[in-house]
Amino acid sequence: MKKIFSFPKSLKKVPNHYCPGCGHGIVHRLITEVIDELNIREKIIAVAPVGCAVIAYDYWDFDCSEAAHGRALAVATGIKRVQPEKIVFTYQGDGDLAAIGIAETLYAANRGENLTTIFINNAVYGMTGGQMAPTTVLKQKTTTTPLGRGSNNEGPPLKVSEILAGLDGVCFVERNAVCSPAQVLKTKKAIKKAFENQLEGKGFSLVEVLSMCPTCWGKSSEEAVKWVEEEMVKSFPLGRIKG
Amino acid sequence: MAQIKINKELCKGCGLCVMYCPKGIIRRSNKLNKKGYMYVEFKKQKGIDCVGCTFCAVMCPESAIEVFKQ
Ligand SMILES: Cc1ncc(C[n+]2csc(CCOP(=O)(O)OP(=O)(O)O)c2C)c(N)n1
Ligand code: SF4
Ligand code: SF4
Ligand code: SF4
Repeated sequence: MKKIFSFPKSLKKVPNHYCPGCGHGIVHRLITEVIDELNIREKIIAVAPVGCAVIAYDYWDFDCSEAAHGRALAVATGIKRVQPEKIVFTYQGDGDLAAIGIAETLYAANRGENLTTIFINNAVYGMTGGQMAPTTVLKQKTTTTPLGRGSNNEGPPLKVSEILAGLDGVCFVERNAVCSPAQVLKTKKAIKKAFENQLEGKGFSLVEVLSMCPTCWGKSSEEAVKWVEEEMVKSFPLGRIKG
Repeated sequence: MAQIKINKELCKGCGLCVMYCPKGIIRRSNKLNKKGYMYVEFKKQKGIDCVGCTFCAVMCPESAIEVFKQ
């Protein structure tokens, strides 16, 4: 028999610390599959975030750096400008990219830095125990919105992808989800495109991924994928936004 | 004809492969791995074959599944 689905070369064969059913693991694998397929492992420098993915470098078998909370795109800008021949990407959660790091994100995108960003939208601050994130959806209960997020109190969720798509320096924005096999494969395609854009020097590319956080949502893995599919996509429609 | 191999030490028993296998041939076990997770098992049944669709492997957050096809 021929192996038709194997463990990616760029992923370390070690157990990770993510909760069962967490979307981070799926996206980690997709990134390594794309890097293997494009044969760019020796050229990659990743910038890990602060959040549940803070030790992503323990799982990826290529060069990685770490940034202070929210500052991944500032660090990535420095790396890419000094070593333009490297393929540099950031991997960031919604708290990291869209709350504490929104300024760094907006300005790196607006400068059209030739970078790739993978943006994990799980609608909460996962690592710190499930507080409201900029992307928490209306009526969603979190530890800091026990009655549900309200449009009068907290404001509606921030549509980061749509905002960034409006900037001239941004060449590609697509929102995906990892809630079903078909969506996972679409996510992989978008990640590949975002890396190819950088290889072609096209500018800033962003792939937003709606991702499960069963633990902070208080749901089983099965309920969590259903919630992404049926509820989360209402606030965050999937598809190509720019490019 | 196809089959899958599950790395039971990487599996966390999340059940996403079970949920998406169109053939219903991945089952939860009541056995624990070294990390203390109840891992899942590939259980072929009479007359039901794995079709090698890779859905299980595509969904697995732990990259614990490999798929083989003839
Ligand atoms: C400067 C600073 N402020 C606050 C924190 C606490 N903190 C750690 S992770 C985190 C939020 C992470 O949420 P997100 O980026 O959505 O990632 P997730 O854990 O959900 O993957 C916060 C506020 C910190 N580590 N550093
Ligand atoms: S808290 Fe949420 S985001 Fe963090 S590892 Fe657990 S499921 Fe994943
Ligand atoms: S490859 Fe498809 S049919 Fe075979 S076990 Fe996986 S999901 Fe089921
Ligand atoms: S998807 Fe992976 S981790 Fe989850 S139960 Fe199946 S083999 Fe185990």
